[in-house]
Amino acid sequence: MAGAVETARAQLYASVGRRKLLDRLFVLLGMCILFAALLTLAVLFLNLVHDGAGRFGWDFFTSFPSRIATRAGILSAWVGTSLVMLVTVAVAMPMGVAAAIYLEEYAPKNWVTAIIEINVTNLAGVPSIIYGLLALGLFVYKMSLGESIATAGLTLALLILPIVIVATREALRAVPRSIREAAYALGATQWEVTAHHVLPYSTGGILTGMIIGLSRAIGETAPIITIGALAFIAFLPTPPLSGDFPYVNFTWLSDSFTVMPIQMFNWVSRPDPAFQVNAAAAGAILLGMTLLMNGVAIYVRYRFRKKINW
Amino acid sequence: MTSERPLKIGPEAGEAEDRAVQMGAVHLSGDEARRNAAAAAPIKARATNLDFYYGNFQALKSINIDIREKQVTALIGPSGCGKSTFLRCFNRMHDLTPGTRYEGSITLFPDDTNLVARNVDPIEVRMRIGMVFQKPNPFPKSIFENVAYGLRVSGRRSRVGIAEEVEKALRHAALWDEVKDRLDSSGLSLSGGQQQRLCIARALATRPEILLFDEPTSALDPIATARIEELIATLRDEVTVIIVTHNMQQAARVSDYTAFMYLGELVEFDATSRIFTNPGKKATEDYITGRYG
Repeated sequence: MAGAVETARAQLYASVGRRKLLDRLFVLLGMCILFAALLTLAVLFLNLVHDGAGRFGWDFFTSFPSRIATRAGILSAWVGTSLVMLVTVAVAMPMGVAAAIYLEEYAPKNWVTAIIEINVTNLAGVPSIIYGLLALGLFVYKMSLGESIATAGLTLALLILPIVIVATREALRAVPRSIREAAYALGATQWEVTAHHVLPYSTGGILTGMIIGLSRAIGETAPIITIGALAFIAFLPTPPLSGDFPYVNFTWLSDSFTVMPIQMFNWVSRPDPAFQVNAAAAGAILLGMTLLMNGVAIYVRYRFRKKINW
Repeated sequence: MTSERPLKIGPEAGEAEDRAVQMGAVHLSGDEARRNAAAAAPIKARATNLDFYYGNFQALKSINIDIREKQVTALIGPSGCGKSTFLRCFNRMHDLTPGTRYEGSITLFPDDTNLVARNVDPIEVRMRIGMVFQKPNPFPKSIFENVAYGLRVSGRRSRVGIAEEVEKALRHAALWDEVKDRLDSSGLSLSGGQQQRLCIARALATRPEILLFDEPTSALDPIATARIEELIATLRDEVTVIIVTHNMQQAARVSDYTAFMYLGELVEFDATSRIFTNPGKKATEDYITGRYG
C-alpha cells in the first residue's frame, strides 16, 4: 500500500518538473529574442559611433554643411530639427490632448464616435509619405505656407497626432472611475472633473505619449522631402528670440530649413567616402537624440507613477 | 458572519430578544429617549413611487420611504436588491451612466425640491447631498486639498475661511489629531481607515444636508470599521445619514431606521429596534436570521 502511495506521489512530482521546465524554456526564449533585438541596436549604434568617430567634436555642431567633408557640420540641421519639433509639439499637444479628452470623456458612445476611433487608430499606420503628399497639397499650395519650418512642423504634427491621441486616451482611461465619482459627488461639473482631476493625474502618461510621438517625428525623412526641404543650407533661420523688443518673433516659421535625417541622406548619397564619415556621425547623434527622448519619457512616467499609485 | 449566527426560526418573543442581543440592537430598544426623539424628527426627504431603470431593466420598483432628519437610516438587503441603486438616486449619481431613467420623486424638505426631476440640475443636488463610497477614494492631492475641494468648487475663495472649514470637517471626521501636522502630505499616504475618514471629512466640509454612505466599511479591517461606526453615530447631530450596508450587525449598531429591500422593492421599513426584534414580514425575518443573502 505504502509503495503505491509513493509511486503516485512520484508521478505527481514528475509532472511538476515537466511543467516548470516549460516555464524556464519560455523565459529563455523571451530573453533570446530580447537580446537579439537589443544586440542589433547596440551593434548599429556602435558601428555608427566607430565610423563617425573622426568627426565628433564641437566644430561638427557649430559648422554649416560644406563642400569639403572635414569642414562640414550639422549646425543648420540640428537647429532646423529643434525648431520643427517646437512647432510639432505646439500643434500636436493641444490638438491631440483635446481630441482625446473629447473622445474619452465627452463623446457619446455611438457609431459616429466608433468610426472616428477606428480611423484614429488606422491613421497611426498610414505610411508617412502619404502625410507628405497631403502636406504638399494642403500646406504648401493651398495654404501657401511654402517649404517652411511651419509646413514641416504641421506635417509632423499630423503624423504623430494619432499616436498622441491613442496614448492620451490610454492615460485618461487609467484614472479610476472612483476618483471621477468622488469629484462629481462634491458637485463638480464635467469640465472641473477633467481639468482638476483627470488631466493632472494622467499628465505622466500624456507626456510619455507625446515624447514617444516626437521621437518618431524626429527621424522622419519622407514627408519632409516631399514638402521640399532643402538638403544644403548654409544659413540659419531668423532666431526666434532676440535682444530687442518684442524679443520674440515668428518670422522663422516661414524660413526654409533642413533637418537631421535629410542632412544625413544628403551626405550618404555623395560619392566622396569622406562624407560617409559625416553621415555616420550625424546618424549616431540622431540615434542618441531619440534614445535620450525615450529615456526622458521613461523617467517622466516613473516620476508620476511614484507620486500617484491608486 | 452567517456561520456565527444561530439559525433560529419562528417569531417567539424570547427568540426575538436573543436575536436582538446577537445583532447588537438591544441598546437601541433600551434607549427610549432616543427612540421618542426619532419618532418626532421631521421628515428630511420622501421618496414617492420611485422607479428607476437601467435601459429597459427596472432596478427599483415603486419605492416609498420617509427619511427622518438627523437620523441614521440603513438600507439592507441581499446583493442586487437595489439598495445601492436607491442610494445613488439621492445624489443623481446615475446621471453619469447613459440610458438611465428615474420616475416618481424624491422630495427634499424643507424646500420641496424633487431631486430626481429632469429640470433639477444634478450639480445642484450634489452640492446639497454628500456621498462616501465603498472603497476609500481620496484624490492624489494633499490632505488639505482633499477636504478643501468641495469648498473650492462651490466658489469659496477666502483662504482663511477655507482653512477654518477644513479644520472643522477634519475634527468632525475624528481625523484632525492624526493629520494636523501633515496637512500637506498626500491623502494616499494615509491608512485605509484614515483615508475613509478623510473622504468623510471631504464630504462634510461643504455641510451637506444628507450624507450618503455606500458600504463605507466593506474595504476596512474591524478596528477601522469600529471607528467609522462610532463616527457615524456622532454625525447624527449634524446631518441626516443614509447608509447602505451588507453587514446586518452594522445596521443594527448604527441606525435608527432600517429599510429592508429585495428585488428592487422596499419590503419593510421601520425603527431599527423593531426590524431586528419583531419584523412584520416573513422575508425580512428570513433575511436577518440568515436564511438567504
